Amino acid sequence: MTVKYTEDHEWVLVEGDTATVGITDYAQNALGDIVFVETPAAGTEVSQGDDVAVVESVKTASDVYAPITGEIIEGNDALEDQPELVNSSPEGDGWFFKMTIGDASELDKLLDEAGYKAFCEGLD
Amino acid sequence: MSDTLKTTPLHALHQELGGKMVPFAGYDMPVQYKLGIMKEHLHTREACGLFDVSHMGQALLKGEDVQAAIESLTPSDIKGLPVDGIRYSLLMNDEGGIRDDFMVTNRGDHLYIVVNAACKDADFAYIAASLPNHTLELLEDRALLALQGPKAAEVLNRFAPGVDQLIFMNMGEYDIAGIPCLVSRSGYTGEDGYEISVPADRCEELARKLLAENEVEAIGLGARDSLRLEVGLCLYGSDIDTTTSPIEGGLNWAVGKRRREEGGFPGHDVVMKHLADGVERKRVGIKPLGRAPARAHTEIADTDGNIIGEITSGGFGPSFGGPVAMGYVKTDFSKVGTEINLIVRGKSMPAEIVKLPFVPQRYYKG
Repeated sequence: MTVKYTEDHEWVLVEGDTATVGITDYAQNALGDIVFVETPAAGTEVSQGDDVAVVESVKTASDVYAPITGEIIEGNDALEDQPELVNSSPEGDGWFFKMTIGDASELDKLLDEAGYKAFCEGLD
Repeated sequence: MSDTLKTTPLHALHQELGGKMVPFAGYDMPVQYKLGIMKEHLHTREACGLFDVSHMGQALLKGEDVQAAIESLTPSDIKGLPVDGIRYSLLMNDEGGIRDDFMVTNRGDHLYIVVNAACKDADFAYIAASLPNHTLELLEDRALLALQGPKAAEVLNRFAPGVDQLIFMNMGEYDIAGIPCLVSRSGYTGEDGYEISVPADRCEELARKLLAENEVEAIGLGARDSLRLEVGLCLYGSDIDTTTSPIEGGLNWAVGKRRREEGGFPGHDVVMKHLADGVERKRVGIKPLGRAPARAHTEIADTDGNIIGEITSGGFGPSFGGPVAMGYVKTDFSKVGTEINLIVRGKSMPAEIVKLPFVPQRYYKG
């Protein structure tokens, strides 16, 4: 399994032909207290860069984008009642959705852990 | 960014405390500190929060019959305000709209006024030009702190014995830890508390003393906004502005009874017409029935899908435990309990007109 990152602060956990997507610790920290998450419905076809989920903190709403092209397998229903999981476990229980990998070559263009870390350091 | 922004006397302290600085009304201000908006909000309702509101404009208005003079600009009853009494007032335009909302304290031979940061230059220019026979003295050498929450009186009384006896919407001069301050029992969180006008060069000293008390946390503008929204208080520029009358805004109580009859303030004809004939739209409380917050500028529809208004303030209410909002709807839809829909990201979300406030206001009335 591999974890990739986007410049929109999403992580993508690749296991076989499935990708699990969430927002990074850096993102949840920047957003602050999460009060609402809307995840996509299973079966939704998405293209890389589409806005597919919404995350709202006390102060603002932000879009979450599809990191790759594919089909949504499931959204994380737990976030409906416990959006705060995104704060407490952004890269674990606070995952947003699982999806198929439509085009594996898109994964190659995402950042690896070191690349993402360097990207975030450049922002501070 | 911060090169072009103004700063308050607490700027260095905000940074030291880990404040997340954002531009607000031309100032570099903390939107939150390390606790985060949610915890800062809850802490203020449970204990005590210290807010830097030094960006707001403070001034003294001096001259003969100054109470009568300011009445030519506002619908409030200022002549009937006891000495050291404070009133929430409105600066009006000729169309019956609101130029700003502000606080007026009757200091006997002069008035102490506090206006919004974003409007202060325009307000002060307008007041000075409108009252050429009076003197407007800007208090640029003074900072303003708000200490808010159920523990505020107990905390402040440690530094200024007797300040706990001050009644809501009254002012007095107190030495707080030896610093001469002008203290109001007032605020904008719905909680008991104080607003403290302090010499700018001693503001940090006072803030550090207050923050050293166990009950006190520094609170940023993010929580200030969610606190005032939960208790149904208007944010100027969002919930009221130059296009809303006090009657549309549900601020009838800010139009003095005597003033309605006597008039003599800008927009009196519009205000009287709105009082007599009713208004076409009204500010109301709106409770989204789901969990998704509805932000300012969200469209409001009736159950048939016709647009009937717009949200002017909306977000998550940490003490209420869910999304809260207010906005304007056509008067036919303003009754408490009316079912409406909010158009959020293209989808219709059910909501309901509710009575404001969402969380009860708790003031010290003696």
